[in-house]
This record gives sequence, structure tokens and C-alpha cells, in this order.
Amino acid sequence: MSWRNHKHIEKNALLLLGLTIIVVSIGGIVEIVPLFRKETVIEPVEGVRPYTPLELVGQNIYVRENCMSCHSQHIRPLRDEVVRYGHYSLAAESMYDHPFLWGSKRTGPDLARVGGKYSDEWHKAHLKEPRDLVPESIMPSYEFLLHKGARLHDLKDHLKTLRILGVPYTDDMIDMAVKDATAQATGEARTDTSGLEERYGEAVNARDFDGQADIISEMDALIAYLQVLGTMVDFEAAKKVEGGE
Amino acid sequence: MEDIKTGPNYNYDVVKKFTLATIFWGVIGMAAGVFIALQMVFPDLNIEPYLSFGRLRPVHTSAVIFAFGGNALFATSYYIVQRTCGVRLWSDKLADFTFWGYQAFIVMAALGYVLGVTQGKEYAQPEWYADIWLTIVWVAYLLVYLMTCVKRKEPHLYVANWFFLAFIITVAILHLGNALALPVDITGAKSYSAFAGVQAAMIQWWYGHNAVGFFLTAGFLGMVYYFIPKQANRPIYSYRLSIVHFWSLIFIYIWAGPHHLHYTALPDWAQTLGMTFSIMLWMPSWGGMINGAMTLSGAWHKLRDDPILQFMIIALAFYGMATFEGPLMSIRAVNALSHYTDWTVGHVHSGALGWNGFITFGCLYYMVPKLWGREKLYSTKLVSLHLWIATLGIVLYISAMWVSGIMQGLMWRSYDDLGFLQFSFVESVIAMEPFYIIRVIGGLLYLIGALIMAYNFWRTIRGDVNEKEQNTVLQSKTSGAMA
Repeated sequence: MSWRNHKHIEKNALLLLGLTIIVVSIGGIVEIVPLFRKETVIEPVEGVRPYTPLELVGQNIYVRENCMSCHSQHIRPLRDEVVRYGHYSLAAESMYDHPFLWGSKRTGPDLARVGGKYSDEWHKAHLKEPRDLVPESIMPSYEFLLHKGARLHDLKDHLKTLRILGVPYTDDMIDMAVKDATAQATGEARTDTSGLEERYGEAVNARDFDGQADIISEMDALIAYLQVLGTMVDFEAAKKVEGGE
Repeated sequence: MEDIKTGPNYNYDVVKKFTLATIFWGVIGMAAGVFIALQMVFPDLNIEPYLSFGRLRPVHTSAVIFAFGGNALFATSYYIVQRTCGVRLWSDKLADFTFWGYQAFIVMAALGYVLGVTQGKEYAQPEWYADIWLTIVWVAYLLVYLMTCVKRKEPHLYVANWFFLAFIITVAILHLGNALALPVDITGAKSYSAFAGVQAAMIQWWYGHNAVGFFLTAGFLGMVYYFIPKQANRPIYSYRLSIVHFWSLIFIYIWAGPHHLHYTALPDWAQTLGMTFSIMLWMPSWGGMINGAMTLSGAWHKLRDDPILQFMIIALAFYGMATFEGPLMSIRAVNALSHYTDWTVGHVHSGALGWNGFITFGCLYYMVPKLWGREKLYSTKLVSLHLWIATLGIVLYISAMWVSGIMQGLMWRSYDDLGFLQFSFVESVIAMEPFYIIRVIGGLLYLIGALIMAYNFWRTIRGDVNEKEQNTVLQSKTSGAMA
């Protein structure tokens, strides 16, 4: 081939455009299309469930405040990360995150397994004023979350939308979304949480996360979300199963 | 090679508008950057809820990439396509629509971030309604550009246009792919991304890395291929290299995305492909740099006293440096250290400040006097001042981030004698403070440089010429004639 043949492309803008489209499509097709054979990409794991309505509200607050610009949610299988943060992240653990929240920067620590590591009171105080607990912290304060009511009234629509996108919410879950959110933020002591537990499992956290009985605040929702992060898979049980084989 | 005098047949009006928008958004975006850098030193500057770091960071990134960079791409591409095709832009009305439409998109997106309306994907935060609006504007852009190419008077399409066309069409593909989402309610802002987990991550970084590859590279290479030969008054170094450069760059770039996902749940084969192609990408990148820089072959003396050319050549040097550092950081073992740290932030800024910023400044300095029909800039000395202040700013910025980034990475993985982790996380935060201060200073210098440029343009557009400089030029001309 002579370089001169390239003139045919240079003289025809549409041909140039067409060839460009073909050339830039190849890499994307090879890398992306196979990932949609999910059975080869996501190993099924016991325990991963869709977020409860309240946790979903919390996740949306997490996205709104762009927490992932400073906190990752993905532990790499490197020795120091596993020691610092816990078991490395599995594909299944973010399979219901629309979008994924792995992040790309750790100005603050990874949060993939922050659930259960600190008390609700700690999270509340820390979000209110991080420097009260960690004097050197450079995290912004989020006191306003305590005073802002969580948006619950349209939760049915949110669950429906996610179901269309592949999250396995049942009809029951969708119908009871607002009730489940209220129950989870109120807790066993003051309300009946059996329906919530029936739908999302016994292990679901149901309590007054922010300690303010008179309001279901955004703080309630965000702490509910943080407290479930990384706790769905029971790695101890998985170890026993693997060891027994 | 004299420029053809500004004839009535070129649409300079829309180029002027995009040029002014470039300067305006550049200053806003850089100021936002300085402010969020300050927030990382003085957390009390976070004013909840609207002006917290999380909400302002996308304001900064979008303002500099899409508003400053985007308007610069519109301005230069519309200028170049007319000059190299020898015809007026295809449709004045549609071209004007791309201007107002694009500014509306920027305002829509930025307001959304501050109010907490976001899709939460890096560099692709705008919600579904802004995404649809951008798609309409972008189709109009493609139409104006393509139709101008189609009705050209020149037999060949000049190489700069290949790069601009590839940039426009590929950004369209990336945007449509990554932004797929389902709104919760057609009257509300909130939507959920169509993809989740691993698939979302791969598609996001296929988009994200090629926003770098096509928005911040292919388009800006279009500027290189036109303005460097123009400013140096030399033809481009090699035609063959242009062809190889173009096709290999656009083919290889698309594969590089997975290097953002090393050691994650993304399948290993995809990570390895991403790494391999990222390393291969070094070659076309440097091919382009060489083609641009060697254009000065035989005319290197012009670099000595032309600060506009200096901007362009330093831009290529930073391009070369960033495109060497990128492949290095895409190697898994290096990435294990660099990922999640400030090293990435420094790498991005050596590209953004050094390459995209400097080539844009060079092009603007070239275009502004021509667009407004002025013989020359108000002051060449101020161009020089801008150059050196900005260069100093970049050096402070990226060296601070190298040190802080590598230090972070090393602190996170260091163990004491008993085999425990040596540092708590917050100790690594404390260690960053001096470097975050240096970064603020670096960014501030860069911003001051941009303000000097804005002043210089304001005086140029008014028709002023710095009399002191005028006299020195005359004197040196007379003394040159006498010698």
C-alpha cells in the first residue's frame, strides 16, 4: 500500500467519518460486550441483597454529596488493604449499585466495609462535625442532614425504576417501600419491623439511627446506608464452607 | 505565507463568542480549583450544603474540561475548518445554536452540582435532562462541522480536521453509551444509571479515559496540527507520521480504560488488555509530539523570542511527559502504589495545565488579534509573563502531588517491626498538609497567569498597543538595520 492511497480518505469526509467510527468501536466492543455475560463476571455470593428503601435513600444522599470523590468503596486484594479495611471487594457486592461507587481517590479511607465498624452515635457526631472526633480530619461537616427530612414519599417509583434496570425488587417490596423505610428508621422498640425483616432478612438494621425520635432525617438514611456497607456477605461462614470442601 | 485578510466569507462572529467564553470559563474553573484546593487545607471553608468540597469538585472539573476546554475546542475547530476548507461555516444559525446551547448546558450542569443534582459518575455527572440537551447540541456541532468539510473548496481535508472529526464523533458515542439512564419520574431530576457494579465501572472508564483521549487529546491535537505550523510559518514535519499518528492514536486509545480498574473485581483479562494498550499508547502519543515539535526543524531560533510559540512547544513537552507518565502508571505494579493517591491528581494536572492549558493559551494568543482585526497583541511581554508564572505554577503543583501521592501510597503500605500497619489513615492525611498548601500556591499562580491573559486580550480587543513595547521594537528594528 502506498501512502498516496490515503488521499481517497482525505478527499471524502463521510468516508473518513465512517472509518473513524469503525476504528474507535473495536476496543470498546471487545472489552465491554463480554462483561454482559454476567455469569462469567459475577460469582454468585450468599447474602447480597438489594438495598432496603431507607438504605437506598442513604445511598442517594451519598451520591448527591459526592462522597465518592474522597472515599473509595473498593478494597483491592493487596496485603495492606486487606489488613486495613477487611476482605477484598467482590463483584457481587456492588451488583445492585446504579451506578457503581468504587471511587478513584482516597482523600479519606475506603468505606467498602465501614458497616458495623463504628456506632450510630459515632457516625452522627462525625458527620455533624468530623473534627470533634478526628481533630486532623479535613472532611466537610454535614450537620444539615440532621435537620432535613429524608425524601420517602416517592420511594415506590425509585424501586420500580431499579427493577426495570435489573434489581430484583418484588411487588411486595415496591408496595411496602415507604412503610419499610419508616419502620427501619423507627426500630423494633417502637414499631413492627417484621414485614421489613421478612422482605430483607433478619440481619437488617432497624433502629432510630440519628437518635431523633421526632424526625426521619437524611442522617437516619445515610447512617443506615453506611452501616450496611460490606456487611451483606458472611465471610466467616464462607470460609467454613470452603474449608469443609 | 501571509494570512488571507479577514474576508466577509468567514464566520468569525461565532469563533469570537467561543473565544470569549473560553477565557471566561477558564478563569471561573481555575478559581473554583483554587478554592477547593484551599478547602483541603482549611476544611472550615466548606459551607454546607451548597459549597462543600463534594459538590464543588465537579464544578471545577467540568468548568475546566468541558467549559474552558470545550469552548476552546469549538472556537479553534470552527476557525480551522473554515481556514483549511476555504469556505464559510455551513450554517450561521446552527453554529450560533451550538454556542448558546453549549453555554446553557454548562450552566445547567454546574447549577445541578451545587444543588446536588448528579448522576455520580466522574466527568459525567450531569443528570439525564442535561445529557439529552447536550446530545442535541452535539449533533448540531457534528452537522455544522461535517457539512463545512463536505462543501469545502480545498481538494484534501487537512489533518487537523481529521482529529476534530474523530473527537466530535467519538465523544458522541462515549456520551451516549455512558449516560444511559432511566429517570425515576419524567418531571424530576433523579435518574438511575442503566448499568451497575462491574459493567458500570468498565463503561464509566471506557468513557472516562476516552474523554481524556478524544476530548482532551484528539481535539487538542487538531489545534497542534494547525496553529504550530502557522505560528512557526513552517509546514508540518511529516505527512506520513500524521497518518500513522492519527489512525494508531484513535485505535489504541479506546482500549486503555481498564487501567483505572486494576486489582478490582473487573476480570483480569480486561485489566491486562487495558494495561497493554496503555503502554502501546506511548508510541502514537510521542509520534504526535515529535510531529508537532519537529515542525520547528530549521526554525528553532523562532522559539527564542516568540512567547506564543513557547506556549505551544512547552505544551507539547508536557504532553510528552504526561503521555509517558500515563503508561507508566497503567502498569499494574506501579498502579498498586499510585491508584487512589494524589499522584493521579498530579498526573491529570500536568496534562490539563501543561498540555491542554498551554496549547489553548498559545492558540488564543494567535487568534485574538486576527479575529478582532488588530495588527498585534496589546503586549508581548505580558504573554511572556503569563508563560513563566503559569510554568512555575505547574511545576509547584505537580511536584507537590508527586511527593504527596507517593508518600501516601508508601505510608498506607508500610509495616512496623511486628508486622502491623505502621500508620493510621489520618496520619497520612496529616502528612499531606504542606503539599496541599504548595498546591494552592501553584494553582493560584496559574490562575494569575490566566488573569494576565484576560487583561491582555481586553486591551487588545479595545485596540490598544503598549507604547513602551512599540518603541523598543522600533528601536531594535532600527539598530538591526544599522548592523
